[in-house]
Amino acid sequence: MMNYTVIVTDVLVAGAGLAGERAAIEAASRGLDVIILSLVPPRRSHSTAAQGGCQASLGNCAMGEGDNTDIHFADTVKGSDWGCDQDVARLFVETVPKAIRQMAHWGVPWSRVVAGRKVLPDGREIEDKKEKEGLITARDFGGTAKWRTCYTADGTGHSMQYTVDSVVIKLGITVHDRTEAISIIHDGETCLGVVARCLRTGELRIYLARATVIATGGYGRLYGASTNAIINEGTGMSIALDTGIVPLGNMEAVQFHPTGMVPVWILITEGARGDGGYLLDKNLHRFMPDYEPVKKELASRDVVSRRMIQHIRKGYGVDSPYGPHLWLDIRHLGAKHINTNLREIKNICMNFNGIDPVKDLIPVRPTQHYSMGGVRTNIDGAAYGLKGLFAVGEAACWDLHGFNRLGGNSLAETIVSGWVVGRKVAEYARDAVLNYSHSLVQGFARKQQERINDLIAGRLGKENVYQIRREMEQTLMDYVGIFRNGPDLQKAVAKFQELHERAQKIGLRSDGKWASPELTTSLRMPGMVRLALCISYGALTRTESRGSHAREDYPKRDDVNWLKRTLAYWKEGADLPELRYEPVKITELPPGDRGYGESSAASTGGNKANGQ
Amino acid sequence: MSTKQRKFSIFRYNPNTPEKKPFMQDYVIEEVPGMTIFTALNKIREDLDPSLMFDFVCRAAICGSCAMIINGRPRLACKTLTGDLKGTITLMPLPVFKLIGDLSVDTGTWFRQLQLRTEAWIHTDKKFDPDAVEERMDNRVALEIYEAERCIECGCCIAGCVTANIREDFLGAAGINRVARFMVDPRDERTPQQYFDVIGSDEGAFGCMALMACDDNCPMQLPLQSQLAFVRRKMLAFGLLGK
Ligand SMILES: Cc1cc2nc3c(=O)[nH]c(=O)nc-3n(C[C@H](O)[C@H](O)[C@H](O)COP(=O)(O)OP(=O)(O)OC[C@H]3O[C@@H](n4cnc5c(N)ncnc54)[C@H](O)[C@@H]3O)c2cc1C
Ligand code: SF4
Ligand code: SF4
Ligand code: FES
Repeated sequence: MMNYTVIVTDVLVAGAGLAGERAAIEAASRGLDVIILSLVPPRRSHSTAAQGGCQASLGNCAMGEGDNTDIHFADTVKGSDWGCDQDVARLFVETVPKAIRQMAHWGVPWSRVVAGRKVLPDGREIEDKKEKEGLITARDFGGTAKWRTCYTADGTGHSMQYTVDSVVIKLGITVHDRTEAISIIHDGETCLGVVARCLRTGELRIYLARATVIATGGYGRLYGASTNAIINEGTGMSIALDTGIVPLGNMEAVQFHPTGMVPVWILITEGARGDGGYLLDKNLHRFMPDYEPVKKELASRDVVSRRMIQHIRKGYGVDSPYGPHLWLDIRHLGAKHINTNLREIKNICMNFNGIDPVKDLIPVRPTQHYSMGGVRTNIDGAAYGLKGLFAVGEAACWDLHGFNRLGGNSLAETIVSGWVVGRKVAEYARDAVLNYSHSLVQGFARKQQERINDLIAGRLGKENVYQIRREMEQTLMDYVGIFRNGPDLQKAVAKFQELHERAQKIGLRSDGKWASPELTTSLRMPGMVRLALCISYGALTRTESRGSHAREDYPKRDDVNWLKRTLAYWKEGADLPELRYEPVKITELPPGDRGYGESSAASTGGNKANGQ
Repeated sequence: MSTKQRKFSIFRYNPNTPEKKPFMQDYVIEEVPGMTIFTALNKIREDLDPSLMFDFVCRAAICGSCAMIINGRPRLACKTLTGDLKGTITLMPLPVFKLIGDLSVDTGTWFRQLQLRTEAWIHTDKKFDPDAVEERMDNRVALEIYEAERCIECGCCIAGCVTANIREDFLGAAGINRVARFMVDPRDERTPQQYFDVIGSDEGAFGCMALMACDDNCPMQLPLQSQLAFVRRKMLAFGLLGK
């Protein structure tokens, strides 16, 4: 029988986004050999698409004065609707100012304080002080008490990713791009590495490591309308789930961004509202102050998204062939501001919609945006269930975000958790020994080879993978969107069970050889449906509303029964995840009122308004 | 809404099967309003030919994955509207870069080599002090760095460059722009001599024939012409006057 190429290293990182590369740097600079795997060249990772910014309580700009880690902590916990682990949130807020400055040291050209008086769009006058000139400045983002979101003009994620990657290159860290981890190798107790498929040739390879880090980003593309890059299919989470012993945390917590542009669903950054943009309805009325008199357009994302859908359901949406939408208006910010600070928004509007936001309104609707759930880890980033397996970034449920992530907190999470967890990974890998049986390891690869052979030989059935995919995307949009309810979630679960069956019976229409794109999608498909089941079944079972999880039939947060985290396990051969629960860690701030909106904007009318 | 049929003529070749020679394959699909080459190629793959290889990641003109030759010009496929093109739409992979298959090319490896050759990272002897406040920087300088840093490594400027097409080792406009990014950054402590060693040769700033195809082709509208002139001026000054 054929043996597969085996590549051995100290630390293996699956994912070359900000979180993965930052963790790799930490391990490599502590003397360990590191290999990074990635679907795409590192600089094409989804992190580069983040334009808005990165939270850190530096307190340098006028509207950030007096900011500190305690205020950032409180904002994060409230944002999470008390779903986060507070020890993690505390570690995070204390580390992030250092991490931001480290980025500056490595080369990120953060925008800086320019001293002088300024008038905000709402008429308030502020003054940036001379003594702060040249320090890192910040802009306003939703759900924050201070202006705390550091940025580089309109390309924060791009600059951060390019800078972090420049350090990866400088340190000579090995990167195998166009390589997909498709299975985790383990012996029931310890993770040994992964089986990976080369996306250039289709060849399978075995990577063995003392420590393996999942840094594969989110699963946004399970939804039909998502702001995410098309490679965000949750593969890292699904191979962790497939071990049967590593759980995914809070998969029902899915964030919708208020302003995806209709109909391409490309994100219009929160910076647009942070800088003073308004949301208007079909009568060009600015409706957010009616619902949220204090934070207006800048309440947390879950609240703004719900208010928008609520307003659309009342009949105030603008009709379009793609369903009703609302308008984002930034015209009053002026051509100069739009053409420099918000240039990316302008480009996106011009290129993908032929509109100019200096004079036109932008059609927007809440769109799937962020996965709060992911591979459940402890505060050290160590995954539950397997020694030697770690997770960071959007792929992980570390759990900083609970049921709603604050804008700007996830770029911050990538560099903080990359740093903190990277160190823990290095400490673990330094002492661990790689103990494995040759036949066990080869067996994991052979199992994947059999799946491939079966698909190529057409032995499984005749299902069209793209059809299954479309049905999955639409079902999530229709029944597991912003407002949820029991009957719809039941329908979703039943549909995904059907799709799960069908996903085992895919028949290729191409020959499936080499790096066949159809084969690539077919290998991922069953895992994607399992993730959809974790999301929908978790949502069905959680009979309360918390953060982004809004049940119309259970509109209130229920701390008595549900102040806990969902853990989803998948046993081999099962057709539903097994759900367990664990308490959230509350160390400082007892559950209370979030101070904006209700966690339950009650809604009336059809529940398809969040479709598309 | 009116729809019409659009014909695509697409380059096909898989280097893993060299016995099958490259050829152009035609596909016809219905053109819907607002269709981009991204939506069109996915439609072709899903409905007509699941073996077709191409690369997209962000589909929003941010990640630089999807450059290809569209009706003779290097462009980002995700932000090219089919409605802006006349007649049959011809798609070819970018030249210069190694072909992975059909429209997919290996820009990643090429650009990684470029970063290594130009040592595209901050060179400094300073140690990072996690407890210190950040060093100050004038916001104008930050914006100037960012302006050059905006390159998304799509390869359009390289594919359309005469020199890069004949000289394998030419750094191209993207490479020279990358060096300019570090030259304007006060945190990078490299001397003119060190920059000269990296770029003061025919593979670098002096190989460029200044025909400026790159400037027209850059989807990020980077001011490549002035960046080339800036680096060349600096290098000439150093080469001639030693400063
Ligand atoms: C449009 C948009 C704008 C955003 N703006 C902001 C913002 O302004 N501020 C903010 O804080 N957050 C923002 N976010 C969120 C933030 O960008 C992401 O959460 C964050 O960048 C995720 O980083 P990551 O390193 O975890 O994952 P990613 O950057 O997604 O990287 C994942 C990596 O994993 C690799 N990979 C995936 N699967 C596999 C596999 N099976 N095998 C091997 N490799 C694999 C990929 O190739 C990639 O390299 C935004 C998100 C979107 C969608
Ligand atoms: S100006 Fe120089 S770099 Fe640009 S296309 Fe011409 S030869 Fe190439
Ligand atoms: S300089 Fe412009 S054309 Fe060249 S790689 Fe960068 S973004 Fe692309
Ligand atoms: S897909 Fe990212 S630039 Fe086109």
